[in-house]
Amino acid sequence: MTGLFEAIVGPGSLDYIINLVIMLIIILLKIAAVVAVALLHVAYATYFERKVIGHMQLRLGPREVGPLGLFQPFADGVKLFFKEDIIPADADKPLFYLAPVIFFISALTSLSVLPFFDGFAVANINIGLLFLFAMSSLGAYGIVLSGWSSNSKYAFLGGLRSASQVISYEIAMGLSLVGVMMMAGSLNLSDIVRAQQHYPLGLFAVPQFLGFFVFVVAAFAETNRLPFDLPEAESELVAGYFTEYSGFRFALFFLGEYTGMLIMSAIASLCFLGGWGLPSFVTAGLPVVAAKVLGLFWFLAKVYAFMFFYYWVRATLPRYRYDQLMAIGWKLLIPLALANIVITGLVKIWIKGMV
Amino acid sequence: MPTAYLPVLIFLMVATAFGIGALVIGELFRIKRPYRDKLMPYESGNAPVGEPRIRFSVKFYIIAMLFVVFDVEAVFLYPWALVFDRIGLYAFVEMIIFIIILLVGYIYAWKKEAFVWD
Amino acid sequence: MLPKLFFGYFAFAIIVLSLLVITRRNPVHSVMWMLLLFFQIASMYLFLNAEFIAAIQVIVYAGAILVLFLFVVLLLNLREELLTNRFISAWPVGLVFAGAIFAGAVSAVAAFVPNFSGQYTVDVINRETHTKALGQALYTDFLFPFEIASLILLIAIIGAIVLAKKRMRS
Repeated sequence: MTGLFEAIVGPGSLDYIINLVIMLIIILLKIAAVVAVALLHVAYATYFERKVIGHMQLRLGPREVGPLGLFQPFADGVKLFFKEDIIPADADKPLFYLAPVIFFISALTSLSVLPFFDGFAVANINIGLLFLFAMSSLGAYGIVLSGWSSNSKYAFLGGLRSASQVISYEIAMGLSLVGVMMMAGSLNLSDIVRAQQHYPLGLFAVPQFLGFFVFVVAAFAETNRLPFDLPEAESELVAGYFTEYSGFRFALFFLGEYTGMLIMSAIASLCFLGGWGLPSFVTAGLPVVAAKVLGLFWFLAKVYAFMFFYYWVRATLPRYRYDQLMAIGWKLLIPLALANIVITGLVKIWIKGMV
Repeated sequence: MPTAYLPVLIFLMVATAFGIGALVIGELFRIKRPYRDKLMPYESGNAPVGEPRIRFSVKFYIIAMLFVVFDVEAVFLYPWALVFDRIGLYAFVEMIIFIIILLVGYIYAWKKEAFVWD
Repeated sequence: MLPKLFFGYFAFAIIVLSLLVITRRNPVHSVMWMLLLFFQIASMYLFLNAEFIAAIQVIVYAGAILVLFLFVVLLLNLREELLTNRFISAWPVGLVFAGAIFAGAVSAVAAFVPNFSGQYTVDVINRETHTKALGQALYTDFLFPFEIASLILLIAIIGAIVLAKKRMRS
């Protein structure tokens, strides 16, 4: 048996295999922790949203299920889990099954590269930011395919619109982060957070305010949220690309959308707002573990602040028309993002010339 | 061997298993009472008229084409941003030329109303 | 042995998925198999220590070009498409071309000299990260091809708009 192992994986294999198994178990535990915590956060993000918007509109929001309505997300989940799953006649079944799964996976897998506190990311890869772009571009497939496979006009048009919107704003989002890359000199998210500590206030949002503005607008459009929620403009397209979806398949779209918001908030927090980086006078006297825990809460506070901003905007702004949406993406955000890159370059060269 | 990417692969598998698993397990508990009217695609209460996959506006292709071009442009910017500190002014001038050439195309698209949606 | 196993898996998966792409009657299903194919290719780049290229494979090919394909394919009349033949009648010609390309590839691989390493060895790339090494080479040594790329992109913009405008008028 050992001989066979050695033949396959090379000499000294048994120790190697044991180490590999231990490594795999650690990775799985990390993933389980991240997925469980993230999904719990997503569940409560829906509750948070309904409460916030309720109070902004002088309503109370959910309050029937459990104390203060705190069990509402679970009630929703259980309801969706047991609901009948309707597949429209003439739908393309394999793709109809697959589309929500693709959408959900692309959102959830993005979590794997996020550093939650100093030294903790499921996968600490060199191209973390590019990985996030890659995953967000995959989400477009879930949208187009769900629209196409449903065999319904509303879903088809909603899917096309939504996909065009997502790809249009993806360019602006990518370009808006180039300034951050220039300042950090890295695509690794932990490195980006560390680089920010050398700047005033410990955030890139100040020197990169133009990039931050473009990023925020693009983040709203990427996640199909108000004021850019045209794909699901009820008065025009019923529910957009997931019109025909019901039960748990609908829940996957829902989870994917909220996970996407969480990811965008996390990117904003990591790349512009300093992530888990605390000023050195705070962490100086603390033991390492306490500093890390504090960093985690600091990071989460920023993520939640950004999520709150999402809800606030939803409660405040009306929806754009589709032509306005396209004009903002192509005629405003892309030139602004390019200008930001040029300005960042000029300033960097100027500062270098002074030194 | 790209061991740093192993967690990403495992994460992808876990996410897939979670998505598909939840659907498959749910299949065991769900009620299923389909009938013809229920399976009809939704069209505001009427029976669906005509082909659902209609021919859509050519605008969507222009957007998709322009997206490919600008995505490639953005991709050129990522490695450039990382080595900007090292190469300095030289890199800056190069990229300005690159962006100006593409701006010609961008202005052309603008003038030809590729971004106007009606 | 392990790298060879992985290479074997990717080679096999890429060939099988390519065959699936060209043999599907439903063009949308073809696109989906192609998406999976691009992921296999990206993973293969990862095994070659080319993580930036792997990311680009997903962002540009899977995320942009294949979306364009999907938009084009969605326009096809699916009912007709499912009834037509799997291959056009001139498929033997295609086979000849494919064979010629394959022979060319085989002879090119035979001419490949292993164990030759230039300035950018695996160690250098791992230390510098692939993206930086690539940027360093691209923006100093390969300046001219890089500027040419912008002209090609410019032609693509103009071509797309001219063709689309023609369609809109007719």
